[in-house]
Amino acid sequence: MNDFIRFLGEPIAQRSLWACAVIGFTNGFVSALVVLRRSSLQIGTISCALLPGIALAILLFGFMQLSILIGAIIAGLAVGLGSLFISRTGKADHDTALSILHTTAFAMGYIILVRLGLQQKVDDWLFGNIMSMGDTDLWIAWGIGSLAVLSITVLHRPLIIFLFDPRAAAAMGIPTRALSYGIFTLIILVLVSSLQAVGAFLTLGLLVAPAASMYLLTDKVSLMFWGGGLIGGLGSVLAFFLSYPLGWHLGATIIVVLGTIFLLAWIFSPKSGLLCRKR
Amino acid sequence: MVDVHDHICWGGGHHHHGGHTLTVSNLCAHYGEVEALRDVNFTASCGQTVALIGPNGAGKSTLINLLAGLIRPSAGHMLWNNTPLHNTRHEIAFMPQRTEVNWRFPLSVRELVEMGRYPSTGIWNPLRPHDRDIVDKALEALNLTALQKRQIGELSGGQQQRAFLARALAQEAHILLLDEPFTGLDVPGTESLAELLRSLAAEGRLIIASHHDLSTAERIFDNSLLLHRQAIAYGPTAQTLSEANLRATFGKHSTRKTV
Repeated sequence: MNDFIRFLGEPIAQRSLWACAVIGFTNGFVSALVVLRRSSLQIGTISCALLPGIALAILLFGFMQLSILIGAIIAGLAVGLGSLFISRTGKADHDTALSILHTTAFAMGYIILVRLGLQQKVDDWLFGNIMSMGDTDLWIAWGIGSLAVLSITVLHRPLIIFLFDPRAAAAMGIPTRALSYGIFTLIILVLVSSLQAVGAFLTLGLLVAPAASMYLLTDKVSLMFWGGGLIGGLGSVLAFFLSYPLGWHLGATIIVVLGTIFLLAWIFSPKSGLLCRKR
Repeated sequence: MVDVHDHICWGGGHHHHGGHTLTVSNLCAHYGEVEALRDVNFTASCGQTVALIGPNGAGKSTLINLLAGLIRPSAGHMLWNNTPLHNTRHEIAFMPQRTEVNWRFPLSVRELVEMGRYPSTGIWNPLRPHDRDIVDKALEALNLTALQKRQIGELSGGQQQRAFLARALAQEAHILLLDEPFTGLDVPGTESLAELLRSLAAEGRLIIASHHDLSTAERIFDNSLLLHRQAIAYGPTAQTLSEANLRATFGKHSTRKTV
């Protein structure tokens, strides 16, 4: 226990704790978009597709924060929009195209990372390593989090109409195409900022579970955003305090905690919970 | 058929005579290379209920989407009171098909109806007391006041339809576009929705709905537009649904009873 308290005094521990809170909150907040759009599997494929962009950026420009970010965005867009393009111009449907493109992209990314000799770091890309986050990473996470909260809050009303009833939204003159590209870009930004913390595999859980738990607990849409943010933030902080004494991997612990919260909500939700329905 | 000038126009008071007319001329639509609609012409006025009738793929949804401004025509015009229809978007309310709606969306009946105020308030302005009054009235008009706090999925089918109609009322829209509103309703449900649409039209709205049930069309709609990639016939429903027109629309095996 003393060990742990001494560890908390270190800058690296404080940075990690902040990273957990900020990244957890941002992902939780934005996860409402993913849950309400019912697009979690698509997001999952895109999170894996970021890997080759990151690998290529390292290959071309070395280990630079900005180039990694841009590389990831380009890879995400290429797979997301590319699969749409393939399904519209050929016989294969969108899911098929997306599955093939994202696994191919992921495989390419893996090959490049291994060729670069970053093999030991591959684990970090797949499962995250919050301890390795520097001050710049934390600032980027802050920036993306503020952008997400601000833009979603400002555009709340047209956004909800669009998410619920896209055709009526378009009929009302809401720029639905711009909104859907905006949502896509925001989600990729959030994915990139949390990739270091929880990795390409696990990031999907962080970007779905918080609002999904909230969805089981409430019928109010604004609560899904703020409640999702709170669950994501507090869940990640709780995971931080669990992972050190237990000696568990921090990124994985975050996902396990959030998964547990979701299961608890599924069982105990006062309105739609398993226990409540039986009664 | 209801005479167009027999109603008190709810949105009227100014230049009503000869006004409030939707004029569709030479309307064409393409999806890529594929022609979906060719050269559609018709006019309709407020106070009327109009059915769009035709087999699957005949262009009913395409026409609804064109009128709602969801897709652009490849040629032709849609005018509302002689100005382009989509210059006045708040005048048009769109109602999706029941199967298209995510009924588990965390949204109360009141929040759904409040969406109708969006074209008037815009992004930046919150709902003012005036908007709340309008929402209250819309809920009351459709008998939903007691249900306003319910989540939309907790309503019955008929109540759900009324909630969407209340959104159109709150929007103060003059033109209501409905995508297959009668699909999946039982006989009493059909009857009460038909009554509701007629009363909304009697207040001076123009109701346009795609419809596939020929046996009920005549009882519900004043006018019908028979569609099969182009307009086959348009006019009072009873006359339009003639044997010859139906054959031209649905092919030779069609009967009046089923499609």
